[in-house]
Amino acid sequence: MLKIKNLKVELEEENKEILKGINLEIESGSVHAIMGPNGSGKSTLSYVLSGKKGYKVTNGEVELAGEPILELEPEERAASGLFLAFQYPVEIPGVGNMTFLRTAMNSQRKFRGETELSAADFLKLVREKAKELKIDSEMLKRPVNVGFSGGEKKRNEILQMALLEPKMCVLDETDSGLDVDAMKLVADGVNALRDKGRAFLVITHYQRLLDHIKPDFVHIMADGRIIKSGGPELALQVENNGYSDLLAEVQ
Amino acid sequence: MTSLDVKDGVDQETVEAVRSVGGHYKYGWETEIEMDYAPKGLDSDIVRLISAKNNEPEWMTNWRLDAFSRWEKLEEPNWAMVDYPKIDYQDIYYYASPKSMAEKPKSLDDVDPKLLETYKKLGIPLKEQLILAGVEGAEDVNLDERKVAVDAVFDSVSIGTTFKDELRKAGVIFCSISEAITEHPELVKKYLGSVVPVTDNYFATLNSAVFSDGSFVYIPEGVRCPMELSTYFRINAENTGQFERTLIIAEKGSYVSYLEGCTAPKRDTNQLHAAIVELVILEDAEVKYSTVQNWYPGDENGLGGIYNFVTKRADCRGDRSKVMWTQVETGSAVTWKYPSCILRGNESQGEFYSIAIANNFQQADTGTKMIHLGKNTKSRIVSKGISAGNAQNTYRGLVSMHPKATSSRNYTQCDSLLIGNKCGAHTVPYIEVKNNSSRVEHEATTSKVDDDQLFYCRQRGVNEEDAVALVVNGFCKEVLQALPMEFAMEAQQLVAISLEGSVG
Repeated sequence: MLKIKNLKVELEEENKEILKGINLEIESGSVHAIMGPNGSGKSTLSYVLSGKKGYKVTNGEVELAGEPILELEPEERAASGLFLAFQYPVEIPGVGNMTFLRTAMNSQRKFRGETELSAADFLKLVREKAKELKIDSEMLKRPVNVGFSGGEKKRNEILQMALLEPKMCVLDETDSGLDVDAMKLVADGVNALRDKGRAFLVITHYQRLLDHIKPDFVHIMADGRIIKSGGPELALQVENNGYSDLLAEVQ
Repeated sequence: MTSLDVKDGVDQETVEAVRSVGGHYKYGWETEIEMDYAPKGLDSDIVRLISAKNNEPEWMTNWRLDAFSRWEKLEEPNWAMVDYPKIDYQDIYYYASPKSMAEKPKSLDDVDPKLLETYKKLGIPLKEQLILAGVEGAEDVNLDERKVAVDAVFDSVSIGTTFKDELRKAGVIFCSISEAITEHPELVKKYLGSVVPVTDNYFATLNSAVFSDGSFVYIPEGVRCPMELSTYFRINAENTGQFERTLIIAEKGSYVSYLEGCTAPKRDTNQLHAAIVELVILEDAEVKYSTVQNWYPGDENGLGGIYNFVTKRADCRGDRSKVMWTQVETGSAVTWKYPSCILRGNESQGEFYSIAIANNFQQADTGTKMIHLGKNTKSRIVSKGISAGNAQNTYRGLVSMHPKATSSRNYTQCDSLLIGNKCGAHTVPYIEVKNNSSRVEHEATTSKVDDDQLFYCRQRGVNEEDAVALVVNGFCKEVLQALPMEFAMEAQQLVAISLEGSVG
């Protein structure tokens, strides 16, 4: 589903290399987790994959379902099936959550040459998905993320994911700022979306999210490189011993 | 449908409209039509000629001549935060009328097809259709609510007014002001210049001397006007000024909602538009006045565009009278405009909702004046200024509580949004409170459309221009909601179109 080949990225303004050759292949239907200490380049990877400005790719390729995506605009990548659940979902005052969701959904459908959903069909769909995620319909009427609690913001991200049905979901520190109950709700939402045709890349600092979203593979990232890959047991190792052992191992 | 669904649909319309329009000023074409011009320049003979063209009685001619002699002694004001080359008032045509209008058509059927075609192309067909055309998505609205009577002003003349008969049955007079001067002199004499005096300001005095046409509305006591009224102003002729005048009188306990729209062709030269709107509102009456101002704004290098110097004022003379000004200012190279409320009656209320967008090299200096004279009067100001490109956008407002305006209240909210880093936003509030029991609140914010918001929208699949439109429409929401539904949709499209090319 997602193929990253020797990806090297600099910060545009500082000429500072953040990603120093990332290689990663994610099969359809699998869940990969990337763990790593602060400043290892995890969030940068999620931004580069989704096309945020401010980064310069100096080397490498990224393919989504066999198609190169690094030349595409962010909205084109989104319409091709890439979804990023933000670590800090952005507030958009005055724009109703429902309007935002429908605009996004129909933009993507239009891009793919599909017919747009009517207001009624959309409403039905969004209510259904919201109910599954235990999202209060009141939250749909409020402006996008404005005045949402940390948990509500993250659940709103998952709602968007559920509606847009992406092929490749990147979750950037989705557990940050969540208490145990909220994390469980979010994880349930993600688990409900696990599917043969869909892959996940879960970026997290802590192991605890991976108790709820069980990964097939775990990668440890440090200083812009993946330094170790393994199964779920790798996450437990981090949980017990921290990153220092692993870092020492490679040095 | 719930209100949520409707609003949702409206926003969706915006995004679709932006896509379909695909850029640029939509109304920049020109109608080729034979015109009658008064000789270029301004002197008392031109004033007499305009008066004669309208077959005005002598009192009106004298009123104009008096204004003209006062204007000659005045100096053009320069306190606004706008900068434009000196206007040569002798290098302008003050009267331009299609030749086919020399003899006033008896009905719309007799109007030159070219003129009718012009309005049709603008989306304002001058037929008594139920729908204000050009507006899609209005299908859900009750039919009765969709009737809109139009007075169409082309350069210096009104070419026709729709639904006159139906309105007359309700006792409502809706006609061009030139017609009102001859047909209803007693009303015109009593109220013309009573809200905006001849000597009010430079441009108002000029207008008083040379106004050629405009709209007149009279709503009798206790009548709720059965449909929305509107005037559509079109400047077509080159080097010609448009000076129109609108007078609306709402008698005791009456209600009217009035809409105003304006466009002009694209030209390299600047053109002058100096209008006056006077609203007289008596006891328990209410007037809503909405404007979507879309004069040609000039090109992306600041060449051409309309100079828009307008005096609009409402006089809430009666107790418990109400006025609501709503404006969406997207056009003009220079805007100088402060729709104001004189809250004379006790418990009278004034509201001002404004969206002013300045892109490229546009300059806008706009705001309002709330003059509280009566007891327990209330006013509310919500201003949303959006600057992009190299534009400068100024909110200038006065809130004045006079000694007798006890227990009065004002609330002002001024928000500015910046797109890019070459534009400017300025807020200049003047507040005078001369009694102890009144309260004035002022809040102001300045923000930027930030890259994170745009990236968030784009990551969800919304392209960059739609994303800007979405964010800006969100910013303007409170004002857009104050507009009548048909206008709200048009305004949302305009907001988006006016900002095209402002990012990237």
